[in-house]
Amino acid sequence: MHLQKLRNFAGNYVFIAPALLFFFTFSLYPFIKVFQLSVTDWDGISPMMGIVWLANFKDLFMDNPVFWLSMKNAFVVTLLALTVQNSMALFLALLCDRDIRGGNVYRVIFYLPPVLSGIVVGLIWNWIYDGNYGLLNHFLSFIGLGDLTRAWLSDSRTALVGVSMIHMWKGFGWGFIILLAGLQSIPRELYEAARVDGANSWVVFKNITVPLMIPVFILVSILTILGTMQIYDIIIATTGGGPGYHTEVPMTRILTTMLNTSQFGYASAMGVVFGVILLVVSLVQIRASKMMRQV
Amino acid sequence: MKPLFRQKFIIFFLALSLAGCAVQKQDAGTLTVWHWMSDRESAFQELARRYGEETGIRVKFELFAPSEAYAQRVKASAQTNTLPDIYGVLGEKRDFASFIRSGYVEDLTPALHEDNSAWRNSFYSQALAVNEFLPGNEYGVAPGVYGIPLDVATIQMVYNKKLYARAGLDPDAPPKNWEEFVRHCRVLNNRDIPCLVSGFGEIWMIDALAANYAMNWMGEEKVFKTYKGEVPYTDPDWVRVLSLFKQMTDEDLLVQGAVTMVNKTAEQTFANERAAYAFNGSWCVNVYKGMNPALEYRAMLPPPLTDRRPMKIWGGAGSSFVVNHRSPNREAAVKFLRWLTADAQEAYLANETQNLPSTRGSLDKVAPILAEFADDIENATHPNIYPVREKPVVSEAFNKGIQSILIGEKTPEEVAGQVQKLKEKEMRR
Repeated sequence: MHLQKLRNFAGNYVFIAPALLFFFTFSLYPFIKVFQLSVTDWDGISPMMGIVWLANFKDLFMDNPVFWLSMKNAFVVTLLALTVQNSMALFLALLCDRDIRGGNVYRVIFYLPPVLSGIVVGLIWNWIYDGNYGLLNHFLSFIGLGDLTRAWLSDSRTALVGVSMIHMWKGFGWGFIILLAGLQSIPRELYEAARVDGANSWVVFKNITVPLMIPVFILVSILTILGTMQIYDIIIATTGGGPGYHTEVPMTRILTTMLNTSQFGYASAMGVVFGVILLVVSLVQIRASKMMRQV
Repeated sequence: MKPLFRQKFIIFFLALSLAGCAVQKQDAGTLTVWHWMSDRESAFQELARRYGEETGIRVKFELFAPSEAYAQRVKASAQTNTLPDIYGVLGEKRDFASFIRSGYVEDLTPALHEDNSAWRNSFYSQALAVNEFLPGNEYGVAPGVYGIPLDVATIQMVYNKKLYARAGLDPDAPPKNWEEFVRHCRVLNNRDIPCLVSGFGEIWMIDALAANYAMNWMGEEKVFKTYKGEVPYTDPDWVRVLSLFKQMTDEDLLVQGAVTMVNKTAEQTFANERAAYAFNGSWCVNVYKGMNPALEYRAMLPPPLTDRRPMKIWGGAGSSFVVNHRSPNREAAVKFLRWLTADAQEAYLANETQNLPSTRGSLDKVAPILAEFADDIENATHPNIYPVREKPVVSEAFNKGIQSILIGEKTPEEVAGQVQKLKEKEMRR
């Protein structure tokens, strides 16, 4: 009887073994390995790796302004995405939430950019932003604003905002879909009751839509922060981090350090620091949102 | 679930899992070659077929592209000891040295020296130099030749003959020096023809052009002394070199947006006749042929700043193969590489892929534009054969600094000062 119980117990574990195997191999092991590598001077090839303890972290915190500049750039892009991109997504979701003609067509159109490859999107926008034959410059000249034309991605004043615009264009569809789903889950009776009471659109939005949408806003915000802070493919396809360091972000720094200078250990330390920052930002946001809900 | 069925299911699952984890065995009768050169894949397959017919040995070329993915695969395979019989090491000489020190690369010196060094002498010396480690090298690698070059590449300039003629310039008289180049650019700009394009968004191209002019202006020795830390980047000669990039901005020599342009876009710009000059590698012959077969252009050395010293350009081995030291098929792999780099196969590869052959004997069989590039191979040098290398972080700061000069954000003096500060920090490590 006891043996039978044990066999059943073991049998159950065998069934979840594949999932555990995949989890340990592809999630847990690399996660732990990054921490291990971050205290070494490994070059990515040699079987030998020297332990440098916290020297990588010390250099990163005390003597690597470029990494922190890249972090600042990522925060700027994230701030723009949180405000402009999500406002745009909410505005379009509110429009599509009404019974407008061809609503499904709009949904498909708005959801198209996120499913495109970042590299492809980057290359398309390269053509739009091109200083010589770009669509944007052509349009500006056409409407009499020729003085504003420039090589948008090569100008230090516009490069980061230019890259952010591409990221927001590519990313707003995610927020749009989630926000639209949230809006459609709000019971219609609440709106009808408010209308009967004489509430106008703004009052309905402020007192019904916003409070009920807070959990969705939180979800969209967290996804936006995590997705935007890790922006990479669009930068590679457009500016490569340039001009100078104007569009460098943590992911490009980590990869440059890893691949161009073969400092895998140092790059792992960057990855650990970056991961911790993302974790802290997410925790702060979750905490803040809980407080908001209590209010 | 019945116990018997469950037991069978568990056994089947475990067997499947273990089979999936099995290490790939190398077949003694087949040579496996890993490469990243998608443009050469069909030519390689044809050569493999021919080799199979001649010798009965099967050669399996496996393509992993793009090159970044290939480089990662090779590094990962080195960790798990699953490298193929023949492969290429992408990256800098430091990476190559690490592979050798770790025992993943066969020393090919004895094979190259057989028959009075006939195989060795068939190559351009610059092509072989990239794969050679000299006695007392800074990487701590035993002296020897560890790779076989398939082709050579030079990075220099090309100019569009049609645009030259349209601007009223003699299409057979490219500029002989920097001043003349600037004058020609002014003429071109006056006719609304943008002057120079290059993929400066890929900062190694900035590195190449800056190194060309540094060596021309102050000589190789002084450049190497800088890398050693004996000459500061704030030296007037370095400031002069950086000033060239300021002049590029001041005189509008560069196509708009070139600072962050990837080389593929720069190649499109030149192929579509939207720039009169391009700074590019000899591989561009194949690229331009695909983009605009009617393009009329010629190759030239970058116009020198001074005639006191030669105009050095980056060049040497384009792509090389190495033999896996741990492979049981080492001897067969060396024999195959010897066959692959014989004149007939080199000429076939050159004509199929428009790359410069690495052997002298096949040069007379290539297209005239390729021969123009090949003419300058004697001027070629490369960081991989420098006696001393600059630290990667310093190089990056130097090249990014040039980008800042090109957008008018910093002066040459500021960049020189910042790079020197970083250099001193790195020297203290």
